[in-house]
Amino acid sequence: MLHTSCLRSAVRSGACARGALAQRYVLRLYSSAVAGTPLSVPITLPNGTTYTQPTGLFIDGDFVPSADNRTTEVADPSTELPIARVFKAGAADVERAVAAAKRAFESSWATADPEVRAKCLFRLADLVEQHADTLAAIESMDNGKSLECSRGDVALVSKYLRSCGGWADKLYGNVIDTGKEHFAYSVREPLGVCGQIIPWNFPLLMWSWKIGPALVTGNTVVLKPAETTPLSALYAAQLCKEAGVPAGVVNIVPGSGRVIGEALCKHPDVKKIAFTGSTATGRTIMKNAADTVKKVTLELGGKSPNIVFADADLDKAVRSIAHGIFYNSGEVCCAGSRVYIQDSVYDEVLEKFRQYTAGIKVGNPFDPDTFQGAQTSQKQLDKILDYVKRGEEEGARVVIGGKRRGAKGYFVEPTIFADVREDMQIVKDEIFGPIVTVSKFSTVDDVVHKANDSQYGLAAGIHTKDVNKAVAVSRRLKAGTIWINTYNAFHQSVPFGGFGQSGIGREMGAAALENYTQVKSVRMAIDAPEF
Amino acid sequence: MFTVRSALLKSSASRVGRLQLRCFSHLPLNVPVKLPNGLEYEQPTGLFINNKFVPSKQHKTFEVINPSTEEEICHVYEGREDDVEAAVEAADVAFNNNSWATIDPLDRGKALWRLADLIEKDKEIVASIESLDNGKAIMNARIDVQLVINYLKASAGYADKLDGRLINTGASHFNYTKREPLGICGQIIPWNFPLLMWAWKIAPAIITGNTVILKTAESTPLSALYVSQFIPQAGIPPGVINIVSGFGKIVGEALTQHPKIKKIAFTGSTATGKHIYQSAAAGLKKVTLELGGKSPNIVFADANIPGAVQNVITGIFFNSGEVCCAGSRVYVEESIYDEFVQELKVAAENVKVGNPFDEATFQGAQTSQMQLEKILSYVDIGKKEGATLITGGERLGNKGYFIRPTIFGDVKEDMRIVKEEIFGPVITITKFKTLDEVVKMANDSEYGLAAGIHTSNISSAIKVADRVKAGTVWVNTYNDFHHSVPFGGFNASGLGREMGSEAIDNYTQTKAVRAKLD
Repeated sequence: MLHTSCLRSAVRSGACARGALAQRYVLRLYSSAVAGTPLSVPITLPNGTTYTQPTGLFIDGDFVPSADNRTTEVADPSTELPIARVFKAGAADVERAVAAAKRAFESSWATADPEVRAKCLFRLADLVEQHADTLAAIESMDNGKSLECSRGDVALVSKYLRSCGGWADKLYGNVIDTGKEHFAYSVREPLGVCGQIIPWNFPLLMWSWKIGPALVTGNTVVLKPAETTPLSALYAAQLCKEAGVPAGVVNIVPGSGRVIGEALCKHPDVKKIAFTGSTATGRTIMKNAADTVKKVTLELGGKSPNIVFADADLDKAVRSIAHGIFYNSGEVCCAGSRVYIQDSVYDEVLEKFRQYTAGIKVGNPFDPDTFQGAQTSQKQLDKILDYVKRGEEEGARVVIGGKRRGAKGYFVEPTIFADVREDMQIVKDEIFGPIVTVSKFSTVDDVVHKANDSQYGLAAGIHTKDVNKAVAVSRRLKAGTIWINTYNAFHQSVPFGGFGQSGIGREMGAAALENYTQVKSVRMAIDAPEF
Repeated sequence: MFTVRSALLKSSASRVGRLQLRCFSHLPLNVPVKLPNGLEYEQPTGLFINNKFVPSKQHKTFEVINPSTEEEICHVYEGREDDVEAAVEAADVAFNNNSWATIDPLDRGKALWRLADLIEKDKEIVASIESLDNGKAIMNARIDVQLVINYLKASAGYADKLDGRLINTGASHFNYTKREPLGICGQIIPWNFPLLMWAWKIAPAIITGNTVILKTAESTPLSALYVSQFIPQAGIPPGVINIVSGFGKIVGEALTQHPKIKKIAFTGSTATGKHIYQSAAAGLKKVTLELGGKSPNIVFADANIPGAVQNVITGIFFNSGEVCCAGSRVYVEESIYDEFVQELKVAAENVKVGNPFDEATFQGAQTSQMQLEKILSYVDIGKKEGATLITGGERLGNKGYFIRPTIFGDVKEDMRIVKEEIFGPVITITKFKTLDEVVKMANDSEYGLAAGIHTSNISSAIKVADRVKAGTVWVNTYNDFHHSVPFGGFNASGLGREMGSEAIDNYTQTKAVRAKLD
């Protein structure tokens, strides 16, 4: 493995060879090498348009350099070329950001009329919509996902923010009848400063899932985007300002999980941590947050089953399972990575699936025909290819794919493993790439047993024309989201989150508001009036 | 230009004043109007059907009068049965053939939010039109318009939050409910809050996927027509909102009897409400009614007296007393009665009555000649019944429908001025000794729209709030509307609630789906 010390040398332009696979690592440099890094840079997108990318940390309503002037390079995973340098926050910057968020919370944000928050979120949704082309292009450039996927993300971002805006004045408490001697009611209050840590697979969408419900309920946030994909969150931060979100309400601190994530988890003024990412990191975060008894919501990993019954519309089911795993290059926590096909149609469906997969266009995210773009990082590429090797060693059969595509950019062929056993690592572990395993089952009991035999419980897919089967199986599956005759079908009103080790709490829908409010109960004794 | 056909619309001509003219004409679809504050604007005059202003089929028009000057503002087209038919057809196509009810709910939300934004950008003109047409003080009109904007935006947020429920009845069945729109809604609004009532009606209806035909009051059609011009720009499709200016006997009747209209929402008098309820019953239309009131406003001896005086003043003289929930029966605890009445008299005499466009004016004109006459006749009745006129009781000036703030003392609970809704700046004051006594007097009414309680004792406040029969109870405040807080009546004051999540219930029907599983 390469170490940071190696990278602190003069390696600037990209090639830092480690055998056949190693091409690019995110460089971490002291900005002394690039003294005077500007707070914004012009970037020309692969589609030819040029925009201004903010590069500073967004603290208290302004873009600012990090306290120690450190920067980090952001690279394009499709080309492995650098895009820009952005400032990299350190612990001192977290202090500044938390202080700003605390001031904002204690000033008028939490206590202003709900309409104020509604208006900000509606405007923000409008601005995201107005900037949709730029945001989608940034997302494709920074994350590597196809433009088709990015556009879907951005559309959902604006819908979700708008939907959140509508909740501002609908956070009802209850009046609780406890008899005429008392008057009792409950109110829902915000928590305070929320630390939010988001992943690199849906940079802007996760940004909206975090800040939308936090803001509308009156909280303020310090959000850390993923180190590899900070660009869209910074771009959107300026839209927050334009939308009228007061200074300090949203703070964005790009940086490493180890430094920024940990500082947020341990900071006594941060009242809540929301994290989306791996289960391993989720555990660490929960432990770190425990000392100050912070409220925690976690959206973690998954190894979601996608079940095809013999009575399903098989062509539709094949499209759905392909979409379930190859959408967003398989970098989806709820990816349908374990496909279960009923034995009587196993060979037929597998062959249809192979054919469909062969037709998937992988490559340049900006090509309008591309469905599957690049994996987001060298590390991810390596991990995926490593799992392919392990699968082969375990005796699984590669039906299609299994290789890197091209020599530049982190592209992986859509890969199907068949003839797997349930105890294989490729069936047990989350791979987070375009790799799917296919197993055979015979009965409902059999498939329910297999589907539930996982530490995870994020999502599950069921394909059948029989409504009885669909409902009966959905009742028995242990997963936070069940898709029937569809997959990866997110909607801003439908809650999303995990059973088991896939997480705590729900995002989107009314359920997301629970994560950001706490109930205050008021019970008052009523005396008999004196007359 | 105009051919006068029937000059006398309402004949109660003991006092000769302005009566509304009705004509045939070829009125332009926009006329310039110059407002008393110097602003100028183009007033649409047509009916608003299918996102277009159109002349009425019979080309009839009626005159709109400025109640502060008794001068004509302009004419607008008068809708009749055939225009209602055209509007129903438009609303039917919008509901059934086009996608308003079935599009992504967020698109409905977005369109309604845009409409609110467009009104907000133009809010000074809109408030001015309201003062011009209704006679209310500009400061009141501005409050109305702000509440309109807030309410439209709050409603917009409900678009995607109309959840049904999943009902678990065991493994053998699968049950869920959905909330679906009703269809075409006929809406009939009054003249005291022309634009606010427009907002209370159209917002919950269209956000839930219904389409509407709204009849404005014949004395105050201007603001609804003015804001309708923003509807296409906001992205609301043709036929979703249709405005038919006209008269209750013709347009209101046509709406309540039309077989394609599934729901009637009405705000106005209890007498008209009963008639509408009966008419709608023939077609079993769903009905919501916001009707009259004679709301008690109770002052305990331990209240903050200056605050209570102010709230009683706001409770009755706000909007010239033309408020269905006006606190028109004031009950004052015996030990502070004399002191309170004295302070109230001074405060009432200090209420600035006059030109609505004067920034200092609190109470503008009554909205019509008919209303002016009705109020003054109640003053006569009160005097004859033996009540003591403490202050006011007369018209102010002889041009424009202004009335001095009026207080009657020494009333008995069975007097007509205590029992009947006057709908003007007139209050009665009654003395009480105990909580039980005042609750009994407060509840001794056919109405039950609102009640006010003024006390520093939280126990008294909550006990009275629990016992008083009214849809809204204000504690240490009055006429204090909020778009999230439901409003509506007990008893003869109405059916259903407006604003808040309750308003949504008026415009949706539940569909329960129960599937048996094998």
